[in-house]
Amino acid sequence: MLPLSHILIFTTLLFLIGLYGVLTRRNVVGILISIEIMLNAANINFVAFSASLDVSPQIGQVFVIFIIVLAAATASVALAIVLSIYRNQKTIYTDEIDLLKW
Amino acid sequence: MDIFGLIGPASFYGFMAGILVLAVLTVTTRNLFHSAIFLAFTLIGVACIYFFLRAEFLGGVQILLYVGAIMTLVIFAIMLTAKMGDPSIPQSNRQRLPVFLALAALAFLLVPQIVKTSWKVVESLKTTSAVELGQALMSEFVLPFELISIVLLAALIGAIAIARSDQ
Repeated sequence: MLPLSHILIFTTLLFLIGLYGVLTRRNVVGILISIEIMLNAANINFVAFSASLDVSPQIGQVFVIFIIVLAAATASVALAIVLSIYRNQKTIYTDEIDLLKW
Repeated sequence: MDIFGLIGPASFYGFMAGILVLAVLTVTTRNLFHSAIFLAFTLIGVACIYFFLRAEFLGGVQILLYVGAIMTLVIFAIMLTAKMGDPSIPQSNRQRLPVFLALAALAFLLVPQIVKTSWKVVESLKTTSAVELGQALMSEFVLPFELISIVLLAALIGAIAIARSDQ
């Protein structure tokens, strides 16, 4: 059995890589891709905790199912917004979408 | 049958390193389409981690939903919006170095705390089956289960309403 802390370090690094992508990408779709990586890191944490700590193993996995469903809903709505922005502004780069800035 | 006994922990570490490399490629590649392909392989790797942790149902759901559905959506969005093949457009903003330094500092803060904490782990890996998961969803978690179906319906209607053209 792998030590729990090694899995936690792995998911921490995965989460930080996703956060780096969110903070540095200019493309909105690239930011969404990075967010999916962050959600996956959290999911692995849920599964690892529920498998190796003294809790009922169903709880963590049910939470992961809910997160996957919410990620699917987020992705569909966010990509619809991206398409709408592209149709109106002809760009999907975050620093060029400045209609509400002054 | 235990997969761990079959492959050994060393290959598991190699596997995790491979996933991290794929994730780094995902967030740094200039071509967004390549980035989406790397994301698909990262997600498949995460599904394999679920299989190693004996959460077989989640591994299947991960491949079906993430690699199947969400990746299709993302690739559709890239093809409909991005102007690919123009290397003169920068794909990242100017805060790459400060972000990298801040996140490295965060990692140096978090990792020693994870190592120092004494987790109360049980000896054997605890597993559950899809049947038990379904029973938990239908008894203990029935209210969030119903709520999430409403959220899905709202997301469906909202996505159609936002993305359709005006004429």
